[in-house]
Amino acid sequence: MLEKLSMYMHYPFVRYAVIVGVLIALCSALLGVTLVLKRFSFIGDGLSHVAFGAIAIASVFNLTNQMLLVLPVTIISAIMLLRTGQDAKIKGDAAIAMISVGALAFGYLIMNIFSTSSNLSGDVCSTLFGSTSILTLTKREVWLCTVLSVAVVVIFVLFYNKIFAVTFDENFAKATGTNAGSYNLLIAVVIAVIIVLAMNLVGSLLISALSIFPALSAMRIFRSFKAVTICSAVLSVICAFFGIIISILAGTPVGSTIVVVDVIAFGVCYLIGMVR
Amino acid sequence: MALITVQNLALGYDSRAIVENLNFSVNMGDYLCIVGENGSGKSTLMKTLLHLQEPVSGQILTGDGLRKNEIGYLPQQTVVQKDFPASVWEIVLSGCQSRCGLRPFYTREEKRLAEENMERMSITDLRNRCYRELSGGQQQRVLLARALCATRKILLLDEPVSGLDPKVTAEMYELIAGLNAEGITVIMISHDISAALRYASHILHIGDEVFYGTRNDYLKSNAGRRFMMKQKGGAA
Repeated sequence: MLEKLSMYMHYPFVRYAVIVGVLIALCSALLGVTLVLKRFSFIGDGLSHVAFGAIAIASVFNLTNQMLLVLPVTIISAIMLLRTGQDAKIKGDAAIAMISVGALAFGYLIMNIFSTSSNLSGDVCSTLFGSTSILTLTKREVWLCTVLSVAVVVIFVLFYNKIFAVTFDENFAKATGTNAGSYNLLIAVVIAVIIVLAMNLVGSLLISALSIFPALSAMRIFRSFKAVTICSAVLSVICAFFGIIISILAGTPVGSTIVVVDVIAFGVCYLIGMVR
Repeated sequence: MALITVQNLALGYDSRAIVENLNFSVNMGDYLCIVGENGSGKSTLMKTLLHLQEPVSGQILTGDGLRKNEIGYLPQQTVVQKDFPASVWEIVLSGCQSRCGLRPFYTREEKRLAEENMERMSITDLRNRCYRELSGGQQQRVLLARALCATRKILLLDEPVSGLDPKVTAEMYELIAGLNAEGITVIMISHDISAALRYASHILHIGDEVFYGTRNDYLKSNAGRRFMMKQKGGAA
């Protein structure tokens, strides 16, 4: 088995997949803790459907660089969902459900009417479940992903204390003069960027899993914000790494394999949490 | 010049006023209790004082060099906090956040301030404990220590004793009275009229009748008498 693995590691596309997979897992786990605690676990799912809709539109217009449309649309949706979360007329979970289902339906409809592809259901399936696109990454995409991931980690570290303050008690932060609105905005933008990145890896349906499972697992075991965040990041990276390796060796779909590994890790953490 | 002066303030949601014509001022060292029935707008007043929501009309002026980031606030507990994984130390230290501005990390001085305030609330031994595993009284002490990190001048407390047992409630009131004696101005919302009358220097009663004045004046006023009668009736 190890021979088979080292053989695969000689292929650049396998190395790219591992690098990108691990980086995305790291980023989504960092922000995942905040999302779970802010009761926005489903925002990943909702935003990825928005991105799916945007991709559909981009492909109809034959845009050469889909990111130019997908990223701004997703960022705007994230801002709308997270910023108005507190005193919106339509509350958080309902707003997420609305946007996600709506965007999904529009995306599929547009693809269905305008698509020139002969294999429509294949296209849709690969966008939703991530299929093999992670194995067809180019060097440029790997660099883009690396740069963005480093940016996300740096932003997270620099704003860690502020993110904690705003997540734990937004009203207190606001009342004592912290600019909570801007930090929520920052969180929203970073989340949107991560989701658009992660769509390449696991597809839109499984993004939520990638961000919430490590956070929930870490919360079973640890009792402080710092420990939970670090554990969640480490766990996510390990799960993504083994998920990708297993999927390559066993020939299973990458996205779902990673999520299954995450679920197993959650089970283990749950048991450890019960014993302690 | 008073710390906070409220002029012709009207409060409410969506520009519909629930309380109108509020006028009062809070001076350095005052202990103001805000009392009134449920739904009379006590929490709305607190939120408006903290600039968390806009007043429908009227003005809130701050004086005596009180800046916006010098207010300490003890909020009612939120759902989010019930299962939030955070250590006592992390929470208390986050009270210094407003001092940071754009600086990403806490300075040694801010950490010392957090330690001092933990000492003051006698929760130093809880430093590494998880917030959600503490008792109600301990949790309130943690939040009070955090509020003290944010201010040296004024504390706004929203129902600080709700859900606490009588012994812990009494301790909490003593703690707050002690802080007031040290010179910190206190504005507190309370259901508990007897405690309000024991500790407060001034009373603001909002509801159908609005009253603002010293504790002794409140005892003689119509609003005060009627409210105390009702509370006694409710308790019996």
